[in-house]
Order: sequence, then C-alpha cells, then structure tokens
Amino acid sequence: MKRANLELTVGFFVLLGLLCLAYLAINLGKIEIYGEGYQIYANFDNASGLKTGATVEVAGVEVGRIVSIQITPLNQARVGLKMQTGLKIHDDAIASIRTKGIIGDKFIKLSTGGSEKLIPPGGTIINTESGIDLEELLGTYIHGKV
Amino acid sequence: MANLVRQLGQRSLNIVIEAGAMIIFLLEGLGLALVPPFRPRRLLQEIYQIGVKSTLIVMLTGAFTGMVMALQGYYTLKQYGSEGALGSAVALSLIREMGPVLTGIMVSARAGSAVTAEIGIMRITEQLDALDTMAVNPIQYVVMPKLLAGVIAVPLLTAIFDVVGILGGYLVGVILLGVSSGSYFSGMVRSVVPLDVYGGIVKSLVFGLTIILVACYKGYNTQHGAAGVSKATNQTVVLSAVLILVWDYVLTSFFM
Repeated sequence: MKRANLELTVGFFVLLGLLCLAYLAINLGKIEIYGEGYQIYANFDNASGLKTGATVEVAGVEVGRIVSIQITPLNQARVGLKMQTGLKIHDDAIASIRTKGIIGDKFIKLSTGGSEKLIPPGGTIINTESGIDLEELLGTYIHGKV
Repeated sequence: MANLVRQLGQRSLNIVIEAGAMIIFLLEGLGLALVPPFRPRRLLQEIYQIGVKSTLIVMLTGAFTGMVMALQGYYTLKQYGSEGALGSAVALSLIREMGPVLTGIMVSARAGSAVTAEIGIMRITEQLDALDTMAVNPIQYVVMPKLLAGVIAVPLLTAIFDVVGILGGYLVGVILLGVSSGSYFSGMVRSVVPLDVYGGIVKSLVFGLTIILVACYKGYNTQHGAAGVSKATNQTVVLSAVLILVWDYVLTSFFM
C-alpha cells in the first residue's frame, strides 16, 4: 500500500473512532464542555433518594442538575443545584422533591417565585419541601400518632 | 497418587512461569516504546492491520447485537408496559458489557490470530534472528508497534461497536416495532452515567492490550515448524477469549 493511502485510511479510521467516542462521552456521558450556569443551594430536611445528576425542573422543563449533596451542621441535606444562565430565581422560590415514573427517579421541582429580590449565584433557596416518605406516613398512621 | 500430585504441581508451576514470562515480555515491549529509533510508520501499518481491517466485522457484529437486543428487550419490557425503557436497556448493556467483550473477541479472532501466525512464521523461518543480526531489536521492530496499535485501535473499535449497536437497536425498536423515537433516546441519555462510558473504555483498553500481548507472546515463542504455528495460533484465540471473559468479570466487580 502506498504511503499516502495508508495514512489516509488510518486517519479515517481514527477519526471515525474518535467521533463515536465523542458521541458516547458527550451525549451519554454528559461531559460538560461548556461549564456555563451558576450554582445555588437548597436545604432539605430529607433528601432521601435524591442523587447527583438528577434534574431540576421548572414547569416540567429541565433547567439544571444536582451537582452535590452534603450534610449541614444542623443535620439538614444541603443540595447544590447548577442552574442554566439567564434563569431568574426569586428569593421566595420553592424547591420540592418529587418522584417521576414508576421506578421512582427523584427530581427537584422548582417554582421560581415572584418577589422583587433575586437569589444571587451561591445563594440559598429558603422554602423547601422534602419528598413524601410513604413508609413513614403509613407508620404514623398505623401507630396512631395522627 | 504421588505422580498425580506431582503432575498437578508441574501444571500450576507452568502456568505461573508462563504468566510471569508474559508480563516480562509486556514490560520489555512497552519499555522499548520510549527508546529510539522511533518508527511511526510501523505503528501506522499495525493500526491499519489491527484496527482498520477489523472495522467492517466489528460494525456488522455491533449492528446485529444491537438489533437482537432491541428485539429481545422489546418483548420482555412489553409485558410490563415499559417499552420506553428499551433505549436505556440497549445502551447500558452495549456500553457496559457487550461492546468491549464482543469487540475484544472479534479482534482476537480476526487480528490476534493473524498476528500470531505472522510472528510465528517469522520465528520458524528465522526472520526474527535475521533482524537481530542486523542490530534491529525484533521486539522493538515487530512486537512493540503491535502492542501500541492494539491499545489505540480496540477502544476506537469498541466505540464504533457501541454507536452502531445503538443505531441497530433504533432500527429494530423504533422503526420496526414502533417504540417512540423520543423515549428511545431520552431513556438512553437519562440512564447512562459517565462511569458506564469510562468503564467501557477502560475495559476495552485492557482487552486490547491483553489480546495483542497474548498474540505476540504466543507467536514469538513458537516452536517446531508448521505444526508449532498452528498450535500457537489456536492457543492465542482460546486464551485471549478466556482472558477477556475473566478480565471482564474482574473489572466489572471493580467498577460496581
């Protein structure tokens, strides 16, 4: 095989392979090429079932992802949300943990609120609703604390 | 009885000795990649032999694997009314397991056997010794480019396998069986996490190195004429297929 031909074929092969690899890594592996967006926090009493990478939705539209879940000194769950730029979140916004589908993926439903003050990057959403724990509800009912 | 035990001991020792010799062979081959003279053209030739020539067979295998998994998955998931999960079922099994393993086995069948036969014939016709006489290190000239080409080509082939398999699953699941195109792709994007993709790439890197290492080692140590070459080629294909499956279990248990 001629030199130029060999180089061309190998070049095509490597290009094809890299394209497929890029598709897998970027589209399915969710590598963020552009780290745009800003981060805010929300404290929940109970973040059971919530995972990093879960979605944040406003009106059913995906507007961000959960990037961190930590415990605060007050034993609350501090959840870091990476929101897309340009989305305005007012300081009376409400973040609630909701369940999607029958397998029960948890996600955060956000109502952006309407007050005059906005939450700055790095700020915290004060109003939160933890997910409903069915077993706990049943337990309270059966053991007669209602 | 004592004889049986002795035989068992001998067998076990042989396995350990062979494994050690293979590791030394690998280190020597990879170490020589850092020492001049560098021959980039040899590497290109080997990527052509191992990678480019395997592309078609890998695409074919990938397409049919994706298609049959969509078919099987569809009828299983349909019983639970969750055909929407077809995309994630196909993509996850392809990226985590089927892609690296089947690509590895196809490459060992297509390229591994050829590598062993090539080096084996060079050994029995004393071409390797001739290289040595000309002050060309046979491991550096023959073996090292093949090892590097294996490490470069197999992950790329695996990525091609995965993507073609996902498209094959799309063809059967969406176009033939009528799963909605949106739920196929969004289910896939939702359920595949970065660790799955990286795990698949790491697996394919390890498989690529293993296949070509076994092939080169068996070829390099060929003995006794034409029958030796046939025996070495045979051992290469069997051993690399077994090693791929064992490695697959070990690596999966690491990633889980």
